[in-house]
Amino acid sequence: MLQEILSWLTDPAHWSGPDGIPHRLLEHLGYTVVAALAAIAIGVPLGLFVGHTGRGGLALVGLTNGMRALPTLGLVTFLFLVLGSTQTSTLIALVVLAVPPVLAGTYAGVQDTPRGVVDAAQGMGMTGWQRLWRVEVPNATPLLLGGIRNAVLQLVATTTVAAFVGLGGLGRYVLDGLRVYAYPKVAAGALLVAALAVVLDLLLAGLQRVIVPRGLRLAAVTRRRGGVAREPERVGTDVVAGAVAREGANG
Amino acid sequence: MLGDIVQYLSDPFNQDRILGYLGEHLQLSLLPLVIGLAAAIPLGWLASRTRSLRLTLMGTANVVYTIPSLALFVVLPGLIGTQITAPINVILALSIYTAALLVRPVVDALDAVPGHVIAAATAMGYRPLRRFFAVELPLSVPVLAAGVRVASVSNISLVSVGALIGTGGLGALFTGGFQIRYLPPIIVGIALTLLLALVMDLLLVGLRRALTPWSRVGGAH
Repeated sequence: MLQEILSWLTDPAHWSGPDGIPHRLLEHLGYTVVAALAAIAIGVPLGLFVGHTGRGGLALVGLTNGMRALPTLGLVTFLFLVLGSTQTSTLIALVVLAVPPVLAGTYAGVQDTPRGVVDAAQGMGMTGWQRLWRVEVPNATPLLLGGIRNAVLQLVATTTVAAFVGLGGLGRYVLDGLRVYAYPKVAAGALLVAALAVVLDLLLAGLQRVIVPRGLRLAAVTRRRGGVAREPERVGTDVVAGAVAREGANG
Repeated sequence: MLGDIVQYLSDPFNQDRILGYLGEHLQLSLLPLVIGLAAAIPLGWLASRTRSLRLTLMGTANVVYTIPSLALFVVLPGLIGTQITAPINVILALSIYTAALLVRPVVDALDAVPGHVIAAATAMGYRPLRRFFAVELPLSVPVLAAGVRVASVSNISLVSVGALIGTGGLGALFTGGFQIRYLPPIIVGIALTLLLALVMDLLLVGLRRALTPWSRVGGAH
């Protein structure tokens, strides 16, 4: 079995042309990147606004929780039948699914800023904008980037599923292979998709390490070593925030 | 549009099919929740005791969680030798996701049990195994419940992807509706999936309340 998958993957015929691995990979990556950028452009400002002002926080949490239950295949087929175009409908579906994790991550990140730090910033005479850019945004970076990571995973997964309505990308191998019971092709496609997801996640994890401000990393290490006592309630909210951040990534 | 949906829903043949899909959906999402939780508790317990095991398990869980569901659904049959359209693939894949999602909450919850509580239980004569089930596990229910709720919603939404390999509960309404270019089944499928997730979530909240009577007294926790 493994032999057949390997020989499918190494067959030169599968490495060229519009149905070749490089082209399908680029298509997959293209949809993912475009939708991720759109989701960031929508989700980050909105999340910062809600987190900073505290207005609409409840509605936002409810909305993102509800969105998590939305079946991706249902959304993709629904939009396709309504709009009729594979590319437009899929891109809308991708953005719709990627905004909530970005939004939730940004909002949770801003909310996560310790109350005392926000008070201190106000006490020092910072304006609302200064507080946002110099205190809340840096503090939000870990959860914000975590939200983007989950959005990207969701996008890689949903782009695969969208092959069902005729989209290109690596999902083609899985669905085309299933149609003719060509298991090596199906498995090769699935492995390529999984590899793409893992590599993108690792790249973003690396980016997270580079971007997160040093002070926050030090604070996290101190906390882990038991420098600061963690009350049970605090652990509870951390898990929920983490869970929100890890929501339905494999859509 | 609303008329179309009403007409679609009033056909007894459609009603039977939808109810069948709903039952299948419930089974395909609930079974993995139970299996995944049952696997995550011992794994989390092991991880909370051994540092090296903790790192390995958390790392594996993270990688597993990045794998797109359709990919896992179709790779599993190659690994375990099942038919590609067998429901067991979906059940196993979702159990793996659930376990991967819940390992961290289990570890966090066990870590959060105060040391003096464990010491008191030990002093009262509880042996480690009984202490785990009588003291540590019940105290970790609130944190664990948060994770289970996320896993429940995630499972319910993921099941429908299984329709692409022939077992997807309500997902069959999406593939079926797409094939005949007919919206009502798709809309009904989305609505029922959301409803199912909501009902399950409310039931889980109720279950958590029942399992943590002390939190209702207030102040004790």
